[in-house]
Amino acid sequence: MKKTVITVVGKDTVGIIAKVCTYLAENRINILDISQTIVSGYFNMMMIVDMTDTAMEFDAISEELEKLGKEIGVIIKAQREDIFDMMHRI
Amino acid sequence: MINIYEVIETNKMIEQENLDVRTITLGISLLDCADPDLKELNRKIYDKITRVAKELVATGNKIQREYGIPIVNKRISVTPISLVGAAACKTPEDYVTIANTLDKAAKTVGVNFIGGYSALVSKAMTQSDELLIKSIPLALSQTERVCSSVNVGSTKTGIDMNAVKLLGEIILSTAEHTKDRDSIGCAKLVVFCNAPDDNPFMAGAFHGVTEGDAVINVGVSGPGVVKKALESVRGADFETLCETIKKTAFKITRVGQLVAQEASRLMDIPFGIIDLSLAPTPAVGDSVAEILEEIGLEYVGAPGTTAALALLNDQVKKGGVMASSYVGGLSGAFIPVSEDQGMIDAVEAGALTLEKLEAMTCVCSVGLDMIAIPGATEAATISGLIADEMAIGMINQKTTAVRIIPVIGKNVGDRVEFGGLLGYAPVMKVSPFSCADFINRGGRIPAPIHSFKN
Repeated sequence: MKKTVITVVGKDTVGIIAKVCTYLAENRINILDISQTIVSGYFNMMMIVDMTDTAMEFDAISEELEKLGKEIGVIIKAQREDIFDMMHRI
Repeated sequence: MINIYEVIETNKMIEQENLDVRTITLGISLLDCADPDLKELNRKIYDKITRVAKELVATGNKIQREYGIPIVNKRISVTPISLVGAAACKTPEDYVTIANTLDKAAKTVGVNFIGGYSALVSKAMTQSDELLIKSIPLALSQTERVCSSVNVGSTKTGIDMNAVKLLGEIILSTAEHTKDRDSIGCAKLVVFCNAPDDNPFMAGAFHGVTEGDAVINVGVSGPGVVKKALESVRGADFETLCETIKKTAFKITRVGQLVAQEASRLMDIPFGIIDLSLAPTPAVGDSVAEILEEIGLEYVGAPGTTAALALLNDQVKKGGVMASSYVGGLSGAFIPVSEDQGMIDAVEAGALTLEKLEAMTCVCSVGLDMIAIPGATEAATISGLIADEMAIGMINQKTTAVRIIPVIGKNVGDRVEFGGLLGYAPVMKVSPFSCADFINRGGRIPAPIHSFKN
């Protein structure tokens, strides 16, 4: 199972989580964990998701999420979890 | 499981502190391309490079997208061309045809530099080595992406002073051949002592003869990340300082390790090494000089600079070595002048001189790097600068290098623009006293004794 981390950063507004979750559900991407916090006035959300069942390529999902972010007015990034694991776990 | 603060920290390093993978360098052996027929040799070289490196740029871009980490350069290093071309090349012009082939291959596969237009002459030059060295000015003026290097000494062999003398002249000639572009040819020519076989950084990369057929080497970088981390421990003691550098170096290197493994897997080419060097760029906040200043210097070049650099270099290695299974290449802090805004500022403020830079190279690779000097400098003086730097490497059993640019038509106080990653540089003062009689002696400096260390 290749896990992916989706981060959402921007000004807090109504429905950010709903919109991202809807997109993920439509593409059969399973959410394993969600957490959020406010860092220097900005809304930060992180989701760990499992992309095993989706029919879409990683690149396509990444691009569509970026587009969705622009519509809501936040920055959405999708990255493989390995980069965080490598950096923060021995 | 990873938590949100760790994710935020990593992304902040990438987005705000210029954390990146500086280069994925694909080393390719060209030994099997050797052929007595020059045309055939060129064809084989072009075919092999374009075949092996076909997926390099696409792979780099894919990793960049999936992990969200910029991979700034995709590059190629090849077997030193003086070995590959020895049977076919009878004149310097013959060698230049190979340089043009390398340039063409680099453009076809989309890499921005290809290194290995090189000769290894740490004891003496063969006829083909000498022909290649003599072809360098023409080769670097006719090509855009080819990088050249010559290893003129080592701890085991001593220093080939005939080659040192010749290279003083070659550097001046290269400057002359590219004088319409601020002598930029010299920015692609490195003279080494103890050159490593697996260095991924340009302009000194080549694929050593001890390497396999193809290998992936990765250079990481993040001076900005180290600088930022040190801002949080201002005024703290050396133990805290060292711990902070070590931890940061570990994190940076882990990213390099991941990228190297992934590139190796995707391209089905063995992973070679991670080079731990802190490599600056002209971008603000991506400077080794700024780290030294954060450690406590008003400007780089102030008393204490050599000690601060020694400490920085050592801690980066200590953190980095634990993060990767294979560390190699140069693995030191780079202190190029033109590629580091903090260095440029220190030179312009009168804090940093050529002599202080030389002292700094005793405790870190890579040497006198990207330093512009007056175009009217004598060839023997350039050879003298090279000899000094080679002696530091030879005696201290470390890699040292010289990449200086005598800028034709410019003098101390002028400024030279190289553009892009090469940056700009103030022309620095060189000692006016002659060493011509020393350089003109000919022969070689014997290998040093390996005991009685002082």
